[in-house]
Amino acid sequence: MSFTGIFHFFTNSPCDAAEPWQLGSQDAATPMMQGIIDLHHDIFFFLILILVFVSRILVRALWHFHSKKNPIPQRIVHGTTIEILRTIFPSIIPMFIAIPSFALLYSMDEVVVDPAMTIKAIGHQWYRSYEYSDYNSSDEQSLTFDSYTIPEDDPELGQSRLLEVDNRVVVPAKTHLRIIVTSADVPHSWAVPSSGVKCDAVPGRLNQISISVQREGVYYGQCSEICGTNHASIVVEAVSRKDYGSRVSNQLIPQTGEA
Amino acid sequence: MAEIELKTAPADFRFPTTNQSRHCFTRYIEFHRCLAAKGDGSAECEKFAKYYRSLCPGEWVDRWNEQRENGIFPGPL
Repeated sequence: MSFTGIFHFFTNSPCDAAEPWQLGSQDAATPMMQGIIDLHHDIFFFLILILVFVSRILVRALWHFHSKKNPIPQRIVHGTTIEILRTIFPSIIPMFIAIPSFALLYSMDEVVVDPAMTIKAIGHQWYRSYEYSDYNSSDEQSLTFDSYTIPEDDPELGQSRLLEVDNRVVVPAKTHLRIIVTSADVPHSWAVPSSGVKCDAVPGRLNQISISVQREGVYYGQCSEICGTNHASIVVEAVSRKDYGSRVSNQLIPQTGEA
Repeated sequence: MAEIELKTAPADFRFPTTNQSRHCFTRYIEFHRCLAAKGDGSAECEKFAKYYRSLCPGEWVDRWNEQRENGIFPGPL
């Protein structure tokens, strides 16, 4: 989250694109990403616990291993109680980690409701094409468009370099979407970090992912499987819209008018 | 501003995994088998048509249509 100036106390500008020197995750836009972030926090807690404990013991051992301060080193080699404890206790910690982890893993696969919409994301060298085919009454697509990254010397003021595209994918907010990812030539990968999505686009295979974007906004992602010279330039950008209906019908009408 | 009803191919329990290639192929075949069984232009088959159009990329559908026309479609039509 970044706050733009002291006069904008109530302005939220969510982090939905990579920021320079960013350490943490981007803000979650889907329940899945929120689950991933929560799991990360759970694991991180245990990680810090173990880190502090182990470092303390290590430093303490080094500190006391000083020939002037402790000339006689201890020669303890056994200790049944402590050995049992130091075996049991570290095996309980991964259980605490596993419980939220498996809960998230299986909940990600659960089919709760049927998707309301299917979008096909097809990777090419070096652009994306998207097909929205839920509305057509014949084999010709009703809505297909290509999405090219705006080249480096072209962007307008305020646009991110190599992160903007000419045609964005528009999806309705709070709707269960099924995204079918595939490729027309070499393997690509469709990734949008704020939505917790990364799915390989393999030629000859349709990979399905389900997301439900919870808030409106523009989400950026990049191609995540090396695909050639302009691999860095493929970008996925999804805009979540309440008035999706009007937006799509505006695009549909010119299409069906020509078709 | 017409309200677009959002409806698409439902999640098929026969294909619970991430790989939906078989799902798309099966819907396509079901449509054409339905056409063969019920005659062309039958309204019941339209449901399968919608499903495969939602799931399958246009290129795949075009290629299969061509293969069907040439009699080399590799599936149990």
